[in-house]
Amino acid sequence: MPLLQYREAIRQALAEELAKDPNVVVLGEEVAQFHGAYKVTEGLLEKFGPKRIVDTPISEAGFIGMGLGASMLGLRPVIELMFWSFYSVAFDQILNNAANVRYMSGGQIACPIVIRGPANGGTNVGATHSHTPENVLANHPGVKVVVPSTPYDAKGLLKSAIRDNDPVMFLENTMLYGDKGEVPADEYLIPLGKADVKREGKDLSIITYGRAAIQSLAAAKLLEQEHGVSAEVVDLRSIRPLDIDTVLASVAKTHRVLIVEEQKPFCGVGAQLAYMIQSEAFDELDGPIARLSTVDAPAIYSPPIEAEQLPNAQRIVKAAIEALD
Amino acid sequence: MSKKPSATADSSAGTPAPGKDHAGAAVNASLSAEQRIALYRTMVRIRRFEERSLRAYQAKKIGGFLHLYIGQEAVAVGCCSLMGKDDHVITAYRDHGHAIAVGMEMNPLMAELYGKATGCSKGKGGSMHFFDPARNYWGGHGIVGGQVPLGAGLAYAIKYKGLKGACMTFMGDGAVNQGAVHEAYNLAALWDLPVIFVIENNGYSMGTSQARSSAGDLARRAEAYGMAWGVCDGHDIYEVRACMGPFLEKARTSSKPAVVEVRTYRYRGHSVADPDNTYRAKAEIEEYRRTKDPIQVFQNQLLGEKVLDAALVEKIDGEARAEADVSADFAEASPLPTVADIQKDVYWEADNPSQRKSGGRLFFN
Repeated sequence: MPLLQYREAIRQALAEELAKDPNVVVLGEEVAQFHGAYKVTEGLLEKFGPKRIVDTPISEAGFIGMGLGASMLGLRPVIELMFWSFYSVAFDQILNNAANVRYMSGGQIACPIVIRGPANGGTNVGATHSHTPENVLANHPGVKVVVPSTPYDAKGLLKSAIRDNDPVMFLENTMLYGDKGEVPADEYLIPLGKADVKREGKDLSIITYGRAAIQSLAAAKLLEQEHGVSAEVVDLRSIRPLDIDTVLASVAKTHRVLIVEEQKPFCGVGAQLAYMIQSEAFDELDGPIARLSTVDAPAIYSPPIEAEQLPNAQRIVKAAIEALD
Repeated sequence: MSKKPSATADSSAGTPAPGKDHAGAAVNASLSAEQRIALYRTMVRIRRFEERSLRAYQAKKIGGFLHLYIGQEAVAVGCCSLMGKDDHVITAYRDHGHAIAVGMEMNPLMAELYGKATGCSKGKGGSMHFFDPARNYWGGHGIVGGQVPLGAGLAYAIKYKGLKGACMTFMGDGAVNQGAVHEAYNLAALWDLPVIFVIENNGYSMGTSQARSSAGDLARRAEAYGMAWGVCDGHDIYEVRACMGPFLEKARTSSKPAVVEVRTYRYRGHSVADPDNTYRAKAEIEEYRRTKDPIQVFQNQLLGEKVLDAALVEKIDGEARAEADVSADFAEASPLPTVADIQKDVYWEADNPSQRKSGGRLFFN
């Protein structure tokens, strides 16, 4: 099976869907001539031309709102946010318009738009560029929220997102763009709302997503080698819809839970997960649900310290050992 | 209201000169007597619908806000009467007039105000969120200026699909200072989108007059983006059509955007919750009503043209009042949405379960 970078897998998904459906159009800052700030869209302009691959001005509220309006008439815009952090200047367009138009029209309108880009810390760019808004987005019924961790997942999920008739918020990760993984040469789709057990285990369920899933896999290896602990890693892949059944099945198997998220803890995704697990699998739990989040402060710049603010393998191992006490 | 307009950036589109014979403009001269009567009837229907809705509001049949369009009817009717099959309309929260102008029936509109399941949005949108995509009417949006990028997007799709249409994107004078509006202006001009930004300038952004809220002339800001612009008076439906017609045609045929400011006036407060006793003089309202009421002005024109006579005026008015009363009865008798309906119309996939591709939970209670 070919090895592809995470960014290349996303690019393949875009190229395949552009070729398949003439209503798909890619818009965003620097996506065409510049080849993308993170080179995700490299070569697409040359292949599909300027009608399909469109450089926008720095104007997120304008071009996201515009993309949404175009989606109401049947286009399938895939909008790149150079950073998801910039969503705040387009908040009204995303969370008043994209999330609500279908509802307020009594179901008369569908908005098949995808907004994609990186949402992560760890790149030493300070608090303004390090937001992880999946909890904020998922708090708005009407939008779907996807956070892929591997090249295989990123490609299959993005293709499903582009074909979806609801607005999909697709959160990538700059720290993963260069990671390589196996991606089949033949076409495949991964449905939204399907979690993936990325590692089987029997002592502890680590429930996670995004880059934290990759770090949890590294931590699981250390837990096994250094502590004799068998950790299962459940990668949610999609926050909304949420595959809680796979989570509950894992809890029923291990009876111990550690939630790991690259999120600030207050009102984060982990809070919702912990609520649902205790509510629906209380009798399966042999101990309190543990949770490891980003240290609760704006993203610090200082490079060595930012690595400690985020989840990392060492922090996850420590949290897992505490959870098993 | 400030001074008269003076220029357009693109004089080929043009602003009707003050005092010009707008009735004689080609777009109006070609109207049959029946078409003129239909325009008049639509304006009267909007007013009687809104007066009836105000009474329902006062009787506590309607919740939330009620932003009345009374005094502005010639703008929506004039503009929407120019629509072809690939022309589209989107507006802000003062949206009842446009809804009726594009052909929506009173019954689902009144039922929407009453929060009933038979409402145009099934009781989920309310006064500010009327929609009818089948009539190319895309709402009905509550946040000032928030609909303007959507209007640019409708135009983007029209152009992308190679259709000869345009999107009239309405906003109030209070919207022109919002960043999203300027972002949409820039995109429309940069990419030659077939969109007409229509500023319905009723003089007040809520309770703040234009002089206290906006620097410079509103439509002239188009010049900064290299867009054509125009200004006209909105109490004369012939003038609205004469002004808007060429801009719309240019958008359709050459995909050129424009900004058109239509000077109009509202008789009622910003919403029904506005007591309207702090920021303008009653005499100002009375003066407009006496000299520029759009329905009275058009009625006088049509009486002069012998298209209308007193009996027909009476008949149209009586029919409009009766239609509004019927719509209130319809709304009253209609069922409410159910509690189970709260979670319908949120996701396309949830509403079309046989075509659902995703797994997992979409709702969390």
